[in-house]
Amino acid sequence: MTKSLKAKGHDLADSFIQLEVLNKKQVKDEAFEKFENKLDGINLFPLKPTGIEIFQINVGKMCNQVCKHCHVDAGPDRKEIMTRETMQLCLDAMDHPVITTVDLTGGAPEMNPDFRWFVEEIKKRGKHIIVRCNLTIILANKKYHDLPEFFKKHQIEVVSSLPYYSASRTDNQRGDGVFEKSIKALQMLNDVGYGREGSGLTLNLVYNPSGAFLPGDQQSLEADFKRQLKRKYGIEFNMLFAITNMPISRFLEYLIESGNYESYMEKLIEAFNPGAAEGVMCRNTLSIGWDGYIYDCDFNQMLELKVQKNCGQHLKDFDAEKLLDRNIILNQHCYGCTAGSGSSCGGTTA
Amino acid sequence: MEKTYYNPEDLKKFGNISEFQPELAKKFFDWYGAVFEEGALTKREKSLIALAVAHAIQCPYCIDAYTSDSLEKGADEEQMMEAIHVAGAIRGGASLVHGVQMMNKAKDLMM
Repeated sequence: MTKSLKAKGHDLADSFIQLEVLNKKQVKDEAFEKFENKLDGINLFPLKPTGIEIFQINVGKMCNQVCKHCHVDAGPDRKEIMTRETMQLCLDAMDHPVITTVDLTGGAPEMNPDFRWFVEEIKKRGKHIIVRCNLTIILANKKYHDLPEFFKKHQIEVVSSLPYYSASRTDNQRGDGVFEKSIKALQMLNDVGYGREGSGLTLNLVYNPSGAFLPGDQQSLEADFKRQLKRKYGIEFNMLFAITNMPISRFLEYLIESGNYESYMEKLIEAFNPGAAEGVMCRNTLSIGWDGYIYDCDFNQMLELKVQKNCGQHLKDFDAEKLLDRNIILNQHCYGCTAGSGSSCGGTTA
Repeated sequence: MEKTYYNPEDLKKFGNISEFQPELAKKFFDWYGAVFEEGALTKREKSLIALAVAHAIQCPYCIDAYTSDSLEKGADEEQMMEAIHVAGAIRGGASLVHGVQMMNKAKDLMM
């Protein structure tokens, strides 16, 4: 298994270097047009929130997989995980009525030893819970085999990545053997009712391109995935979210190494869609880091770009009213969310 | 040879053909866009046909463009290579079917 950028001591493990690449002359002689200028051109700058509907909590960077495109730089060698004390701060903050959905992500969120306790506490507060499950975790260890039942018990919406319905493309991106295990895990989720019509148990899949190209039409991909997964493996699911790869962390490393960085950025910029910009996820989401810091999105979190100063940058100072009036922090990677049909943790936005 | 007739950067400038003749370029690009819209054939099927044709006419710009486009439309590598085999089969067949003409002529000429 490969290592995280951090474990390899790679320059790009440093968010400062990533921002340098995205903004300066490290790769290209002249910087690309500033994202905020693009937004200014359509009267969306400064970008303001429309609400704080979703609380996306990154409970840790530890993961059983080392995916080539991972924006978190997650892996088994990452030890940063959220403590129960920080989870308690999350629970206190989410008591605010504007927050209706809690989206748990990682790493593999299930690897956090307090994951199940946290889910139960969130459920007590009547919030809708999403878990971003990488599928293979269900098979990784006996202690995780009952996760489908656990998810069902708490009516959790499961969102899982499956870059393609073929082994080669999935394994190229997510690691050898991941496809086969993912199929098995999807069948286990189906067996308890997930993705089955009338069960009320939602199983959504995430498609992201396995290379330096943009995702195609979400509906058409969804129809394809449904047909192929049903035909080959009897698997059913609810929706497919088509997500654009963000030019940060490991995917940025891939872009630079493969000589695709410039053309990929040009592609994102050329495909800038004002409609997608209107609906970017940072406008109704807050992202919480494993250590309790608050960000506008999971990507800003990985670039260590905290929410605007004086709005309470840590859960200890959580202030929903101030956060609702903040200016969202932007940078060049934001082009990833506004290209084509747009991209968010819930798929297209345009 | 450092310089070649084909420059990948020129693909991005395709739209510039309107500089010398805007009316015809507009007609062409409008029609081109409409051709690739979802219709009786899906966008992906059209992209794979374009990829095959690109190989038949050996247009490097079109090969680059429709390799990216086929991937974006969700085609996989096997489908893309099969599309190129279709182009190759038609090209090969087009040569070989003329073998009948050669045979006819040879039989005319030979005792």
